Order: sequence, then structure tokens, then C-alpha cells
Amino acid sequence: MDLIQLSSRRTFIKYAAVGAVAASVAVQDAIGAATAPERKHHWGMVIDTKRCVGCEACVIACKIENQTPPGVFYTIVTKEPLPGAPNDRPVFMTKPCFHCEEPPCVPVCPVNATYKRKSDGIVVVDYDRCIGCRYCIAACPYGARYADFGDDYELSPAAGETVSPEYKQYRPRVPGASPIGNARKCTFCLHLQDENGEYDRDAGRWPACAKTCPGHAIHFGDLDDPESEVSKILQERNAVRLKEELGTEPSVYYLL
Amino acid sequence: MTLKRAFWAVGILGLIPFGWALYVRFFVHPDASNLGSVVPWGLHVAQYIYFVGLSAGSFLLSSLVYVFGMKRFEPIGRLAVFTAIVTLLLALLTIGLDIGHIERFWHVFVFVNPTSPMAWMIWLYSIYLMVLVVEFWFLMRHDLIVAGQGQGWRSVVARVVSLGRRDIGVDAIRRDGRVVRVAATIGVPLAIMFHGGVGALFGVLASRPFWHSGMFPIIFLVSALVSGGALLVVASAIFQEGWKAHRTMIVDLGKIVLGFLVLDILFQFSEILIGLYGSEPGFVQSFQLVVSGPYWYVFWILQIGIGFFVPLVMLATPLRRDPRAVIFASAAIVVGFIGVRLNIVLPGLSPEEIRGLTESVTDARISSTYFPSFWEWMLSFGIASVGLVIFGLGEIFLPLSRHLPQPTNQA
Repeated sequence: MDLIQLSSRRTFIKYAAVGAVAASVAVQDAIGAATAPERKHHWGMVIDTKRCVGCEACVIACKIENQTPPGVFYTIVTKEPLPGAPNDRPVFMTKPCFHCEEPPCVPVCPVNATYKRKSDGIVVVDYDRCIGCRYCIAACPYGARYADFGDDYELSPAAGETVSPEYKQYRPRVPGASPIGNARKCTFCLHLQDENGEYDRDAGRWPACAKTCPGHAIHFGDLDDPESEVSKILQERNAVRLKEELGTEPSVYYLL
Repeated sequence: MTLKRAFWAVGILGLIPFGWALYVRFFVHPDASNLGSVVPWGLHVAQYIYFVGLSAGSFLLSSLVYVFGMKRFEPIGRLAVFTAIVTLLLALLTIGLDIGHIERFWHVFVFVNPTSPMAWMIWLYSIYLMVLVVEFWFLMRHDLIVAGQGQGWRSVVARVVSLGRRDIGVDAIRRDGRVVRVAATIGVPLAIMFHGGVGALFGVLASRPFWHSGMFPIIFLVSALVSGGALLVVASAIFQEGWKAHRTMIVDLGKIVLGFLVLDILFQFSEILIGLYGSEPGFVQSFQLVVSGPYWYVFWILQIGIGFFVPLVMLATPLRRDPRAVIFASAAIVVGFIGVRLNIVLPGLSPEEIRGLTESVTDARISSTYFPSFWEWMLSFGIASVGLVIFGLGEIFLPLSRHLPQPTNQA
């Protein structure tokens, strides 16, 4: 009582404002903690470079699955000649988004349009929120993010007839509308998950690159599940991740 | 008055390509830039940091007058604040035409992400712009009221802009001065934070070794003071009474510009030396692109030659006592620092993040090389012309370097 009488109205308003901000942050956190689904999976890949023949079927399968325009590649295959033996088979490496545990692209986004899904660790882009500043593309140390500048393949269907199943949103490609003008990236084909967030390899609901790889070089699965194929391979073989020194903790491993 | 005529000619002529490029940008093909996913930022981002640098630099120099009370720079005080507003608006126009969905800019204020340096930059320069406008209005209030007492449409404009206030007594003028002082004092840390934030925006990215340095925000600030000071010299030479009326002030400004220029060269040298010695491949690759890449001339001719060497020679030798030499040196800085900004943005992005990325697919958007497209150039020149025209209009409508005399025969 004394306190209120002593303090002027101005200080009261000041404290009220500070309190309101603190309360709103706390409420937001509480809502976030209460509504966020628990981590059920940690989807990841183990890519066996010895099995990769460099056919780039994964690149094509990805483009067809996600209906990506020119200049947008959710996966690519790099070719690294072996030192001292340039005529031998180079090291092929297919490179999707690594869905890092500490993704550098996420904290830089000015509008929280890109985030790591709590339930399964997949890094996604909210096309309707993204302002197209391309900061995340600059921030990604793996070149895994692509800007959609609105280009189209010359022989593709008329505008509006190409539909991408990404994020189960089935957006027709219309000039000026998202995802044109947005940052885009690999989603581990999350549109193939069922309502519970599960993939089913036998039913064909499996990331397109892993499904199509003729050399069985791309292993996909739950890194948190000790019985999954990827976990077992990681236990048996020595795997590396790229640019570990940046502390990004990628969810994609390579066998050399 | 030939300088002024040339100024207007360039400004008005530049509006034609601007209109054309705007039409193409919005109605024909919005994808007409040569940007890609390896080099996602290009000419317009370089132009943006150039303009925000000019804004922060000229504002910080105006604080010499309004915060630190250095009376000898009084004639450029209002010009400096006006320059800061115009160049900030040009920067926003540039970046607005560059990003993919400008219609969603309000997302930055609604979907708050305090970990994003870009978000901080936008919040800070929004406040900064408001502070600038308030400061400028109070700086102009007296003259707006005087101008509003006359006849004709100009007076009507002045009456509307003065928001109907009439009080030009001694007390009112003193109160204006106090408001200006408070606004300018708030503006100084804001300008340092927001422009340091622009540097931090680049500096925080560990993925880009060329940018990833604690020096970056500092270099941005010092470069801003150099280029902003130089622009003020050029502007005060062209506008109002011209350079002859402000000989000593221009010479004094030249000394300030020289000081910051030397500091800027020192910092950049340190940055390059440390980076090269560490020989991180990404940094070395970027630096090689700067000095011996396809656009080596941007570094050697624009940045070193025009931006550093010419002004250094003119400002550090006895030539510095001639205001014309100071103006020439400043014009060289204003032009040369375009090279400085280009050489920050582009070489930092160009090296592949994963070796073989650009050879793995054949696509113009997946490429380390970038040269602005015709339409990017048109937009850039057009925005610069818009700036010239706004400056010209400002000089017609706003008495920036002196106060209007009180009309003697008041009705």
C-alpha cells in the first residue's frame, strides 16, 4: 500500500510495462512448452559414399517428388577426384539438407519463418511467413538452402498446373505467390509422413532420394531408435559429418 | 550553377530507367536478377549497406553540432540530418525491391525473433527513422512558420507541414533546441547500434569466413563515418550558397574525413592481414577474388585508387587547405566506397560452401560468378536518381544551411 502511494504514476506505468512484457514472454514460453509435441523421432541419414555410383537418380527423384523449379535442388551430387589418382572413380557425395541439431539458418531468420520441428527434428520453412531476405541461405554452411526466383522449366505445364506436395500444402505454382520469392529446402519429404508423423518404407512413403537410390547408398531412419537401420550402421562403421568444427551437429552422416 | 544543373539533369534522366525497371520488376519478370543460391545477395544489398552507411555516417556527424555543440559545423547540421533521412529511405527502397516478399515486412514486428541480427537492425532503424524525423521537424519548425507566412502554394505547403503551430517566440525556439538535443542524443547510440548491427548481420555468419570477424561491425561504423562525411562535403558544396560560402568548414570537415579514412584503412588492413595469416581456405579464396578475381578492378581502381589513394593524397598534403581539393577528394570517396561495399558482399558469398557444389549441377542460379543483370543496374541507377531528385527538391523547399530572415512587414 505504501509502495503504491510513494511511487508516482509514471514509475507505476513503467513497472507495469516491464511486468507485462515479462509476463507475455513467460506465457508464450509456457504455451510453447505445453503445446509442443514431445520429440518422437530424430530423422537422419547415413550416406555410404562407397555405394554411390554418381548416377544422380536422387537429384531427379527429388525434383519430381517436390516439383522444384530450375535453380532449386534439394539434393545434389558432388564429385571429388581422389588425390593423386584423378582417373579413378571420384568420391561421389549426395548432399541433402543435414537438418542440423543446431541449425545456423534458424536463429538468423528475422521473422521465425524457418524452424526446427520439435517432434522430429526436421528443419522447415513457413512459406507464408518468409519475407524472402535470403539471410538463411547466406547462413547455411552447407549450401543446402535455395532461393526460388520464380524461374520455370520451358517445357513444364502452364502456370498454376504444377503442384508441389511439399508440407502437404499442394500449392499450385502461380507467379508472385509463395513459394516463389521464398527460401526453399529439403524437408526429408515430410509430406509422405502419415498423420502420426511416421514414414512407411514398404508403402513407399519414404524420402524420394533414399527410395530411388539404385546402389542403396542412402539410408534413412530414426537416429534415436537404436533398432533402426541408420543407428545400427552408425554403431558398426566409422561415420563422419561435414564441418563438425562449426558445432552444427548435422543429422546426416557419411561413410567413407 | 553548372554543378547544380548537371545534378538535376542526371537526377531527372535517371528516373526514366527507374520507371522502366520498376515496370519490369513488377509486371514482366520479377526474376530478372542474376542472383542465385550461391550468391543470394548482390548489387542491391551492396547498395543498401552503402546507403545505410551514408545515413548513419552523416547522422553521427550531425551530432557534432546538436549533441557536442560544435558551432563551426552549424551550416551542415540540418543538411546532415536531411541527408541521413533521405539516404535511409533510399536504402529501404533498395532492399524493398530486392527481397522476395516485401508486402510481408510487418512480419518482422509481429513474429519477433530476438536472435536475428537482421530483425534487430530493422527494429533499430525503424526507431532511428522516427527519431530523425522528429529531430528534423523541430530543426525546421521555425523556418516552416516563417515560410508559411508568405503567399503562394509554397507557403501553403509550409503551413501544412508545420502542423499549424505558429509560436516562434524566444521560448519556443529554445524549447525546439532542447527537443533537438534530446532527439540527437537518443539518435547517436541508435545509429551506432543499428549500423553496427548491419555489420554484425554479416559478422555473425560462421558459414562465411570472409565476414566472420569481430572487426566487422567496427569497420562498418568507421566506413560509414568516412563515406557519410564525404557525402556531406559534396552536398554542402553543391547546395545552398555553394562551396565558396563555407570554405573553412569544408576544410575542417576534410580533416575529420581524413582521420576516419586512415582509421578505416588501418582496420581493413588488420582484418585482411589476420585473415590471410590464419589462411582459412574460405577467407583466402574470397580475398583472392577481391584482388585477382574477374572483378579485380573494383578493388584496385574503385576501392584502392579512387576510394583510398586519391583522397589520401589530396587530404594529407598541403592541397587539403584548398576547399576544392577537399570537395574533389570527398567526391572520390563517395564513389570509391561503392567498391568497398561491393567487395564486402560479393566475395564473401562467392566461394562454394561445399566443394564441387557449383559443378554438380548446370544451372545459372547455382554459380559462384555473379554480375548484375541489366535490370539490376537500371534499378540501382534509378534509385540513385530518386535520391538526387529528393535532394534537389529538398534544396528548393527547405532552407538547410541558414535560417530564413523574419519578414519585416508582418501582417
